[in-house]
Amino acid sequence: MKVLLRDIAHARSGDKGDASNVGLIAASAALYEVIRREVTPERVKAHFAQVCRGPVDRYDVPNLNALNFILHDALGGGGTESLKTDAQGKTHAQGMLMMEIEVPDDLVPPARA
Amino acid sequence: MNKTIRIGNGQGFWGDSIDAPVELLRGGEIDYIGLDYLAEVTLSIMMRQRLKDPRLGYASDFPAFVRRVLPELKERNVRIITNAGGLNPRGCREKIFEIARELGVSGVRVGVVEGDDVFARLPSLVEAGHKMANMDTGEPISTVTDRLTSANAYLGARPVAQALDQGALIVLCGRVTDTALALGPLVHEFGWAEDDWDRLAAGTIAGHILECGAQCTGGNFSRFWEVPDLWNVGYPIAEASADGTFVITKHPNTGGMVTTETVAEQLVYEMGNPEEYVTPDVVADFTSVRLEQQGKDRVRVSGITGRPRTPFLKLSASYLAGWKSSGQITLSGPRAIEKAKLAAEVVWKRLERAGVTFPNDDRSTEMLGLAACLPGILTAPEDPAEVVLRLGVRDADRTKVERFGQEIAPLITAGPPGVTGFAGGRPKPQEVVAYWPALVAREEIENRIQVDVEEA
Repeated sequence: MKVLLRDIAHARSGDKGDASNVGLIAASAALYEVIRREVTPERVKAHFAQVCRGPVDRYDVPNLNALNFILHDALGGGGTESLKTDAQGKTHAQGMLMMEIEVPDDLVPPARA
Repeated sequence: MNKTIRIGNGQGFWGDSIDAPVELLRGGEIDYIGLDYLAEVTLSIMMRQRLKDPRLGYASDFPAFVRRVLPELKERNVRIITNAGGLNPRGCREKIFEIARELGVSGVRVGVVEGDDVFARLPSLVEAGHKMANMDTGEPISTVTDRLTSANAYLGARPVAQALDQGALIVLCGRVTDTALALGPLVHEFGWAEDDWDRLAAGTIAGHILECGAQCTGGNFSRFWEVPDLWNVGYPIAEASADGTFVITKHPNTGGMVTTETVAEQLVYEMGNPEEYVTPDVVADFTSVRLEQQGKDRVRVSGITGRPRTPFLKLSASYLAGWKSSGQITLSGPRAIEKAKLAAEVVWKRLERAGVTFPNDDRSTEMLGLAACLPGILTAPEDPAEVVLRLGVRDADRTKVERFGQEIAPLITAGPPGVTGFAGGRPKPQEVVAYWPALVAREEIENRIQVDVEEA
């Protein structure tokens, strides 16, 4: 069934120059395999289409059940140069958790099933 | 046998809670407290302070903290490691000695670490062929040398450990890695060798978990509704062992929580390539970290590996990059969105009539409350009760930016109805101090590091 990432994962974001980083952490090893399959750099780029103007890189961190995304050209210049309210990508993790993905029914947490 | 030392972090950044380090000191057992006061461009602000008064140029919050706690630090021998020295660690030490005299506390040993500030040396480094290209854009630093306002190399844990070896109660650094504030005491206590890459990586990752203060103990946590008593959040402590394992915890009777999830979120914070976390001391591998819950508010961290350090240190320079300004007004409903759009159009068209225009990338129109931070992701309400309109511009020409600031207030009488919340006067142009990250050859810096410990 379709599930929002916020129901099966948690996340944190920050800035690296004009790029933001979003670390996405699955609630279990089984769910990690699902997000590893579903949450591709292409999908993240499309999800953040109005925020991120550059490419998206992904690194896998399996020991933490985590994926680390780098969203290039996403902060309007970054740091002190940016005119954006969110010049440091602090909200990007919250945005990531609003992505909807397909999850096998037996892995959906009971509160949602 | 099995000695553990307790290292806390009581200040995650310049502007963090001024009470946090005091609570961390008084809330229970602690051996070392690391305090971070330097953001990326803080040093250029300190440069200006020092130009006005040569005794200044350090983080003034730090002496204020010392005044509150010095007798207790001395009595319990809780040692402080901080980058509060900024551009003037010696000036900061003078201030601390002055406070010690006023409080009647004697025998206070304070170390300073110097050699990070390369501003004066920069022209000769450029001349010697060091490009110091911007790590984000690839441009050589020579394109901004006439606009530079500060240039500091990140130092590592060794000089911190040396100052502790010489008995410093307080170690004042300028630019030093945040992770060195924790790794320094570990190298001092356990005598880890310069090529003990796994243990140095472990201490570095302990430092990374601690470096943002409450961000690993419940602050900024995704499921915030699960965090107890966030108002009283306990700042983090690493209980570290000589073998490179450690437990992240916090003082009893504090709020917040330490779980594998709160720690994992901090681990991925500001992460790049997880296999290559580069510091002056070691290249740490975040894919080696193992987390286990070891009881309430205790997370054991183990398994960490590292690789040899690189031949470079990171240079953090800042330079003047023009001017910017932003201003905001609140528009009340009904039809708040329509009013906000009209108000923005009025401002931009009046500026255009005055011959003041900005390229799209150098001006912004944000409607706060309508998913301005996450457009296309969160759903904006169709007819909100009110909208905050925030406009901004940037330009190399200060007069253009100033002209923009004059065009917000007229909206009160010459804009749509329901305009309010304009209390701050005309927004003034702010000079933009931009960040220049680069690499510099290690030997150019390390041969000139100085550690000096004095007692008063």
